Amino acid sequence: MKSYIFRKILALPLILIGVSMLVFLAIRALPGDPARLMAGPEATQEAVDNMRSRLGLDRTLVVQYAEFASNAVQGDLGLSIKSKLPVVDEIAERMPYTLGLAVCAYLLAITIGVPAGMIGAIYRHGWQDQAVMLLAIVGASIANFWLALMAMNTFSVGLGWLPLLGASSWKSFILPSVTLAVLPTAVIARMTRSSMIEVLAQDYIRTARAKGLAPGSVYWSHALRNALIPIVTIVGLNFGSLIGGAVVTESVFNWPGIGRLLVDSVRYRDYPVIQGVTLVAVTGVVMMNFLAELVIAALNPKIRLD
Amino acid sequence: MAFQTDMENLQPRSWRQVLSRLSYWAMAHRGIVIGGGLISLIVLAAILAPFIAPADPYEQDLLSTMMPPSWDHPFGTDDNGRDILARVLYGARISLLEVVLSVGLSVLVGVPLGIFAGTAGRMVDQAIMWIMDILFAFPGIVLAILIVSVLGSSLMNLMIAIAIFSVPVYARLSRNLTLGIKSMDYVEAAVSLGISRQRIMSHYILRNAVGPIIVQSTLTAGTVILSAASLSFLGLGAQPPLPEWGAMMSDGRNYLGLNIYMSLFPGLAIMITVLGFNILGDGLRDLLDPRQ
Repeated sequence: MKSYIFRKILALPLILIGVSMLVFLAIRALPGDPARLMAGPEATQEAVDNMRSRLGLDRTLVVQYAEFASNAVQGDLGLSIKSKLPVVDEIAERMPYTLGLAVCAYLLAITIGVPAGMIGAIYRHGWQDQAVMLLAIVGASIANFWLALMAMNTFSVGLGWLPLLGASSWKSFILPSVTLAVLPTAVIARMTRSSMIEVLAQDYIRTARAKGLAPGSVYWSHALRNALIPIVTIVGLNFGSLIGGAVVTESVFNWPGIGRLLVDSVRYRDYPVIQGVTLVAVTGVVMMNFLAELVIAALNPKIRLD
Repeated sequence: MAFQTDMENLQPRSWRQVLSRLSYWAMAHRGIVIGGGLISLIVLAAILAPFIAPADPYEQDLLSTMMPPSWDHPFGTDDNGRDILARVLYGARISLLEVVLSVGLSVLVGVPLGIFAGTAGRMVDQAIMWIMDILFAFPGIVLAILIVSVLGSSLMNLMIAIAIFSVPVYARLSRNLTLGIKSMDYVEAAVSLGISRQRIMSHYILRNAVGPIIVQSTLTAGTVILSAASLSFLGLGAQPPLPEWGAMMSDGRNYLGLNIYMSLFPGLAIMITVLGFNILGDGLRDLLDPRQ
């Protein structure tokens, strides 16, 4: 186990270095002169040159990257062109909203997806199974922003039950969380079903049944516990797609999270913010994947021996 | 003689037998039939759009804006008086183009890269997979936003961005398939016969990896449509007045409560198309890649 964790920890910085290099190079390839953008449209050539020198853009790419990486490690991601505030502060201010939304969506997805998948597996080939599978495949085929618009039209504009935009109260969490949860719910339901089907065919389940254990105890204590590995895998490894979904959902609901910050910064060509948000989001996803791999290794000794 | 008789028995004798065999096959592969049927409908709608659309998708009629569905405009009209049904039908062309170009480009780059990584030796393999892992670390939409912010917002750049974030999927898949196929006896026999590496890659490995790659392409097609629509919805893909489904919904969001049809029908079109690709992909996986 120790050598497995050690190998994984060694691979982590390599990926993060690669990600930071890609983000750094992509931003340097942006059309337009960042120095002119920072100095403002009416700045003189001299002011633009001064800004270029201040930003270090007149140095070689290698030196620029080294400085960027060392600043990023110390938590300095530069200043926003639009607000003139440190990018880290902007991200820190909005991060709780995105994390709150992601946690609510995941809790909802697990609460609905796991029992739905179990029902599908227990009643395999029955109408319950068909219904779960149909809902799961439809759920995986819906554009979440379309569902968001339909829900806003019905529950906010039509019935007036829930707030339309923003994050003013706990009620504001309901529509964005539900729309963001649809895809992970579908994925978790499908994964739980197939994992449970495999486990239910095992001898120890037959033994548990033969002992006369109550069906609830067989399904929840014996089967689900052993079907958990693929479910944990999918929850951990799908964090990236949840963040991707949050970018769109936040924009629809005018949610003050980092997803909307990213889309707004592309519109304003606020390149330090694009760079910072991308870096933070991808680092978060990499760390979540890493944690998921550790949990999987802890649950399944076979994996860490491979 | 007995063998010949058996073979004759296997041949269908009448149209009833053909029909019964066909219906048996269709029942056994419902996913392919239902998914393929849905996709065929979308393809037909895209091809026949100029003949079946009730109006020009770009023609504005400012005297009949935001109309509800009627005989003249079965899906209603948008804020510029354009026929929504016509725009949804023409939108099918754009969505299918996005699928063909983005999936095609990512297969063309990802598959040879994966096969090369699987056959080139440990160092090259690790270097290529490191780059793929880096791309994989990005949530697809975030990477696409980063690329579109560099290249600029347009339909073509959107398709390039989606192709780039799909490349690692094919590279990883074909690399893993290559490693499996490489250890098969028939490949080892080909190597010992002195057959060139290029020929082994194209004739022995690629041919046996085609099934899973087709399955993956069908499943990726749904993701491509959803991602492209999301980016266009955010204003980072197809630009007005192109009748792209995501861009149409972006227009519609400004008229919630006044005209839901501007968002409702393009969203349904996306759902049906993605559903078709997902069901077809599942069916093809059962047929071509039963080990999965």
